[in-house]
Amino acid sequence: MTTEYRPPHERELETIDLNVNVGPQHPATHGVFRMVLTVDGEQVVDLDPVIGYMHRGAEKLSENCDYRQAIGYQDRTEYLGQFNAELCYVLAVEKIAGIQPPERADYIRVILTELNRIASHYMFMGAFGTDIGIFGTSFMYSFRDRETIQDLFEEVTGERMMYAYFRPGGVAWDVPEDFRERCRTVLDAVRCGIEDIDGLMTENEVIIARCRGLSPVTPAQAIDWGVTGPMLRATGLAHDLRVAEPYSIYDRFEFDIPTGTQGDVYDRYLVRLAEMRQSVRIVEQALERMPEGPIMAEGLKRTLRLPEGEVYMRNETPRGEYGIYLISRGADKPYRLKIRSPAFSNLSALRAMSIGSYVADTIINLGSIDIVLCEVDR
Amino acid sequence: MIADNPWVDALVRMGIVALAVPVAVIILTWVERKVIGRLQMRLGPMRVGPYGMLQGVADTIKLLTKEDLRPQTADRWTFELAPFVIVVPVFLAFVTLPLTADLFVRNLTLGLFYIVAVSGVSIVGFVMAGWGSDNKYALLGGARAAAQLISYEIPLVMAVLAVAMVGQSLNLAELVNDQGSVPNIVWQPLPFFIFVVAGLAELYRQPFDIPVAESEVVGGPFVEYSGIRWSMFQMAEFVNMVLISVLGSLLFLGGWNWPLGNEAGAALQVPLIVVKTSGFILMFMWVRGSLPRLRIDQLMAFCWQILLPFAFLQIIINGWVLVYDWPDWVMGVLSGLATAAAVYLTYRGAQQAAEPVSPRLHRVGSAF
Repeated sequence: MTTEYRPPHERELETIDLNVNVGPQHPATHGVFRMVLTVDGEQVVDLDPVIGYMHRGAEKLSENCDYRQAIGYQDRTEYLGQFNAELCYVLAVEKIAGIQPPERADYIRVILTELNRIASHYMFMGAFGTDIGIFGTSFMYSFRDRETIQDLFEEVTGERMMYAYFRPGGVAWDVPEDFRERCRTVLDAVRCGIEDIDGLMTENEVIIARCRGLSPVTPAQAIDWGVTGPMLRATGLAHDLRVAEPYSIYDRFEFDIPTGTQGDVYDRYLVRLAEMRQSVRIVEQALERMPEGPIMAEGLKRTLRLPEGEVYMRNETPRGEYGIYLISRGADKPYRLKIRSPAFSNLSALRAMSIGSYVADTIINLGSIDIVLCEVDR
Repeated sequence: MIADNPWVDALVRMGIVALAVPVAVIILTWVERKVIGRLQMRLGPMRVGPYGMLQGVADTIKLLTKEDLRPQTADRWTFELAPFVIVVPVFLAFVTLPLTADLFVRNLTLGLFYIVAVSGVSIVGFVMAGWGSDNKYALLGGARAAAQLISYEIPLVMAVLAVAMVGQSLNLAELVNDQGSVPNIVWQPLPFFIFVVAGLAELYRQPFDIPVAESEVVGGPFVEYSGIRWSMFQMAEFVNMVLISVLGSLLFLGGWNWPLGNEAGAALQVPLIVVKTSGFILMFMWVRGSLPRLRIDQLMAFCWQILLPFAFLQIIINGWVLVYDWPDWVMGVLSGLATAAAVYLTYRGAQQAAEPVSPRLHRVGSAF
């Protein structure tokens, strides 16, 4: 919904554009993001995103820890898809060190990573509904089932948020004995929860009226902006690193890449919803095939010293392409660790998507990007 | 007559309204939290009193004892008067609202006109609050409130007018007495729907909570208010909800009259009106728990392109029926057809941009 913009002095009635500061403390900014909106009545003339409120120097901090300690910073960076970020880091370290994790550890990683993706998308569903204006119902629906996943993670790792469970060479300790049954219970709850969200939101007339056709992104634009993840797939490009560049053991599972047709906000929602179903499929397959055996590679020293070298490892987190660029100079610490954050690149599309739209639509645009501010600012 | 002396009588009646309405608000805040809680698989308040029933009382005490803050740059008089400008008209409207055949303060001949006129004054309060707060969210919210509430006042009035045309009166008691055998909703479904939708917009509740949208303007005109002044806004919202619900049950559902008849005693009339009013209120809460928010331009388009033309259509239908003295069922059929048309147009409007809803699946995965 774009209308022609005329500068103030050319209008019939001379008016002034208003600067509205949204954030850093605002219920719809998903953290401490700030955007300065220039509005002409209800329409957004300009948008100036301001980030950096959550900058902690995670990259620099990692350079002062040894390779195992730095795992924790990945949790704190991508705090909704923690296992996804950990996996990326761990794979990067393994790539330099040439460690091959045992089969069982790989399966445990995939199961936890995919469950984590579902949990993250649940979070999106809840927050997205609230952004559009559902009075907390979507949030409660999502969190009921996200909670079952969290409980499982707590049983496995002992933590609810900062897991630090993946290690270079495997995982920290073995999963509980009844892991398979517990996972199946969780999957049942998750399947039911996906249907509930679907029923609440997908064909809701108001949501269709609000989101269909809102700020469409073409595949070319998406590539220009470096947009990845569900936002890219909503434009119609079936690009998923799990398939395009299979890492870990993702080439062993059968799953589909959901894509949208128009790249609008509604497609982004649909793609995420469909992705949750695909993740359930992956977990089911992984549970069936998970072997018994060791969970840690043999012969690793207490202090991990990596040979000299550098590596760029990337994987598909719930938000898109998460990358770790790691340089080792032979010490027990990374010489340089650079994080490529998907939410940061996706956020760069916000301004172009929002100019000319309504204030209310800007909030939905921001919600549909599904940012994690810790990951944007690092 | 409650008392012989007309002054005492009027005072007692006013006392009943002045007491009953705030008590109803306290109960309603609890009910709303419980109902929405159940819709969201929560229990709602459970701690204060049995099943949290005293939650409303606890909230009231909290709000009364909170500090009454005013931003330093706020326009003092505008800021401090705004809550009163919103609350007082809502209470004034209750003066002529008959709850049963005998329970009202003053049965005005132009009661309906009075209610519509008086409750329209509240809009000024929103603009005052939005302007006086010296806050941009409040300003945006105030402007939204002005646009929305004024726009929706018109279809609301037109729907009410259609009923008054058939009832040949603006006196609420007479309008109710007219519906002894058949309530108005049967022969005039279209004004009923327009009334409910426009009423929902007047209450700025989901899906029309645009002026106070939490995720956009963070409470809109009320963003700078705290304590007692904020609670006055909240009270105005709930009293307004009761007002619209009572008005709806009087005008369309036969009030205390249908199906018991006008002769039933107050012991039966009071529960009857309470049940009908509660129906409206629970529906408003249900909608709140399940629908997201419309955008301001969609809201305006809906008002001016769907609600208002159809409200006029109903007035034309009623005019024909009255002038040519056709039987009531003709009005019912025409109104029903118009309702179907309005619903279809609304539905088409929502679906217009919508494409097939399932995302494509790319079968690329391989099994080993």
